[in-house]
Amino acid sequence: MDEVLKLEHIVKKYQSDNGEVLSVDDVSFNLKQGEFLSIIGPSGCGKSTILSIIAGIEKATHGKVYIDNEEVDGLNSKVAYMLQNDNLLEWRNVYKNIILGLEIQNKCKKENLEYVDRLIKTYGLEEFKMSYPSQLSGGMKQRAALIRTLAIKPELLLLDEAFSALDYQTRLQVTNDVREILKKENKSTIMVTHDIPESISMSDRVIVLSSRPGKIKDIHTLDFDGCDNPLKRRAHPKFTKYFDILWGEMIG
Amino acid sequence: MDKVEIIESEERRRYLTKKRNKKIAIRSTQILILIALIAVWEIFADLGIIDAFIMSSPSRILDTFAHLSSNGLLHHLEVTLYETLVGFGLGVIFGIIIATILWWSPFLTAVFEPYLVVLNSLPKIALGPVIIIWMGAGTGAIIFMAIAISLIVTVMELLNGFHATNKNKIKMAQTFSATRSQIFFKIVFPSNLSTLFNSMKVNIGLSLVGVIAGEFLVSKAGLGYLIVYGGQVFKLDLVMASVIILALVAALLYGAVELLENIVIRSINHTSKK
Ligand SMILES: Nc1ncnc2c1ncn2[C@@H]1O[C@H](COP(=O)(O)OP(=O)(O)OP(=O)(O)O)[C@@H](O)[C@H]1O
Ligand SMILES: [Mg+2]
Repeated sequence: MDEVLKLEHIVKKYQSDNGEVLSVDDVSFNLKQGEFLSIIGPSGCGKSTILSIIAGIEKATHGKVYIDNEEVDGLNSKVAYMLQNDNLLEWRNVYKNIILGLEIQNKCKKENLEYVDRLIKTYGLEEFKMSYPSQLSGGMKQRAALIRTLAIKPELLLLDEAFSALDYQTRLQVTNDVREILKKENKSTIMVTHDIPESISMSDRVIVLSSRPGKIKDIHTLDFDGCDNPLKRRAHPKFTKYFDILWGEMIG
Repeated sequence: MDKVEIIESEERRRYLTKKRNKKIAIRSTQILILIALIAVWEIFADLGIIDAFIMSSPSRILDTFAHLSSNGLLHHLEVTLYETLVGFGLGVIFGIIIATILWWSPFLTAVFEPYLVVLNSLPKIALGPVIIIWMGAGTGAIIFMAIAISLIVTVMELLNGFHATNKNKIKMAQTFSATRSQIFFKIVFPSNLSTLFNSMKVNIGLSLVGVIAGEFLVSKAGLGYLIVYGGQVFKLDLVMASVIILALVAALLYGAVELLENIVIRSINHTSKK
């Protein structure tokens, strides 16, 4: 299969007045086209740092990142990075929020706007296009933020705790929706989460990081006999097996 | 989204009536106090308890107003308004430009910060005589005074607002590879519109202070000049009328800024504050 992303021996040291923090220590992995990968690990182990390096917002101290076999150097429009908060701009209506990325990248072409319209329709925001973020529920805001991220047709999607602001019910629904969108669009995705069940329900593979400095403890390939619907996976007999393994690794 | 269903119950009607009555009571008391003050002033002046020559009186002030154009009040008002609006406008424009440049360059911010702090706490009126020597005793010096008084406040408030812009929103724009100018125009500036208008509301009053102070010092026209002149020749009616007009002008200008804010915010669909 084609490799979308390759990380080679990534090391990140943060410098500050109080000294040096080794945040990520020698992390290497690959991502295949259409694959969904989760990264889990204790708080402060460098998960967000890894995503920021892939997105080009932070620079690695050592090591190299390749996207489509090209070395990453600075911000990159092939990658879309959905931060923990929806970060919708409250002075723009939902539609204008959704096209913000296209606007920034000068890509408000007819075909892209049609694609946006289709996403909006599919994910039930049609009625709320002209509403303002303050008038939406938490789940709707998250969906709007996701559509904004997808609208630029990224090759690679990075999700950082993208669903943690949601209550449990909504979260189940939204993660289910998102997984379906991504499958339909055949997007390659890396998701950072604290939530072990969430990672198991959504991913093809799960990377477990050690506590700081983040090193790869283990990479698990999940096999649910071809089932990749998050809600169905949660009812699958193998679900608890994977949970026990990952839980053991996280705390041990 | 969901409309709150308004039930017209007996309790609700009583609640609304009570609220309205309270508002009426406050407003009518305010008006009564004003009328009482004016009445007492007039009566005391008529009875000779206070000296109407020194204290003026409501009827004399009214009489001055009646001859607005013949006694030149209107012309002086025009001059003061012109100086205030020009000073205010330039202060806001330069304030935005300087704050933007400083936001752009963290180096310049760090360099100029102590200067800004000192300039901010310095009473700018103290510079009046110096400004007159530099600019000459004329309209230029007065407008400069108005700018000097409002500029630093605008810069400080805007810059603080710019720096306090939600970091996550900036990072979000960066995830789309936004340039620094896109970050400024799409995120930083729009999220600080209410900061800008709040500082404008303060500054319209400050500009007026600057203009009046300038007119006290140098001018041959304007309400500030009229007040000084009236005081010197003991035309207290003129002084009082000028002060009242000044109060009205201040309120009107404030209202104009508020109106502008509403128009701008509506036109860019800015429904809520930061
Ligand atoms: N800009 C920075 N300057 C200095 N240290 C930093 C910076 N950003 C992160 N760190 C440090 O690097 C380490 C890893 O941070 P990171 O945000 O990647 O962790 P994380 O795994 O995402 O944590 P969490 O699960 O809490 O989000 C932390 O110890 C943090 O204090
Ligand atoms: Mg994090």
